[in-house]
Amino acid sequence: MLLTDNDLQSIWLTLRLASIVTLILFLVGTPVAWWLARTRSRWKGPIGAVVALPLVLPPSVLGFYLLVTMGPNGPVGQLTQALGIGLLPFTFWGLVVASVFYSFPFMVQPVQNAFEAVGERPLEVAATLRASPLNAFFTVALPLAAPGFLTAGILTFAHTVGEFGVVLMIGGNIPGVTRVASVQIYDHVEAMEYSDAHRLAAVMLIFSFLVLLALYLWRPNPKNT
Amino acid sequence: MKPIVTLSIAAALCSAAITAHADAIQVAVAANFTAPMKAITTAFEKETGHKVQVAYGSTGKFYAQIKNGAPFEALLSADDLTPIKLLEEGAAVAGTAFTYAVGTLVLWSAKPGFVDAKGEVLGKGDFRKLAIANPKVAPYGAAAVQTLTKLDVLEQIEPKFVTGENIAQTFQFVGTGNAELGFVALSQVMENGKITKGSAWVVPGEFHTPIRQDAVMLEKGKDKPSVIALLAYLKGEQARTIIRAFGYEI
Repeated sequence: MLLTDNDLQSIWLTLRLASIVTLILFLVGTPVAWWLARTRSRWKGPIGAVVALPLVLPPSVLGFYLLVTMGPNGPVGQLTQALGIGLLPFTFWGLVVASVFYSFPFMVQPVQNAFEAVGERPLEVAATLRASPLNAFFTVALPLAAPGFLTAGILTFAHTVGEFGVVLMIGGNIPGVTRVASVQIYDHVEAMEYSDAHRLAAVMLIFSFLVLLALYLWRPNPKNT
Repeated sequence: MKPIVTLSIAAALCSAAITAHADAIQVAVAANFTAPMKAITTAFEKETGHKVQVAYGSTGKFYAQIKNGAPFEALLSADDLTPIKLLEEGAAVAGTAFTYAVGTLVLWSAKPGFVDAKGEVLGKGDFRKLAIANPKVAPYGAAAVQTLTKLDVLEQIEPKFVTGENIAQTFQFVGTGNAELGFVALSQVMENGKITKGSAWVVPGEFHTPIRQDAVMLEKGKDKPSVIALLAYLKGEQARTIIRAFGYEI
């Protein structure tokens, strides 16, 4: 067998993490992107800047502050404990929460651009045809912005697969729970098991290329993105 | 690692090599030895006039960098195996390896009174997470596993492991309270020869094989008087006093 059981476990975990994070961000990121695309509020600038922050912060720094905030003395940690969830660091769902923060701009920005490209007019036309705002959003804005959603989904998924610093900081490297593929490769390198590292890295590379290739080939005419 | 990170490391190394003082010594030092090395460097520079440029990091990463042309002239490793490996592969100078420090393992908690003086807290198992350094790559992690094996509690505690990539990250897990306790280096919790924070059990030396940290001269530093002087200084009583004050034995 080309890969060890531990390698396969880490790949499976990575895919599960990236899929769940992408799904959550579709639900959470879309309203934010919609608001940013349409608002005339003076908060648009500050909120947009906050959304983009994870692009700037070094992942290990972001990871460290997530570790502190979600820890037993941090505000989030005290909240999760009060709710009976326990502490998030060193758990799979802790990784999910951290990754949602980390990949937030990769979902919001392409979707926001797509909504902005749709513009006011199609929605005004829909309104004259007596579509409610909600109805217009689902039947007009969403389909027109579909290519933007595809780009955002691909970027979010790929970015989560490639995530390393944040996971390293709050994961605790537990097999099957928080040891994702990028950490597993790093482990191999640190242990000087270079041939294992090469194999796993090659599998990740080929897999990622094929997924991206399939999505880009299948992608509709990208005139809106 | 992302390509941009690799690139920036490469760029940093290049610029470091270009801007380095003509006879500045380039040393790679294990992260756990950061604090004593800073004190030693200051004393050494003052005494000899040589300049020292130190990179702190994990021994495994240094190994990869040295094998791929990093400009380091000496390595202060976190273990005694990497210098041997470099010697066998011709990247280090034969006959220059020596033990500069022996690490002391400590079971530590940020909470006062949590860890008792005999480490009996391990047998009770009254905790959620125990942090150790990755035993595959970090000598302190391997020593922690040996200690738990010796106490016959490895199997019951293993499911509670969280693993730091190195001893610095392991300390973070315990220091932030995310793990109630963990095995760290005595040098991390010691200040002026005393443990000042939390509670600790200093693991007796016979519980694990000694955590020997060896230094070696690398091919790039061969025959350079400044590098020879630094390694000699590390063996001297002045450096050893500093090393002991930070919780190492030598």
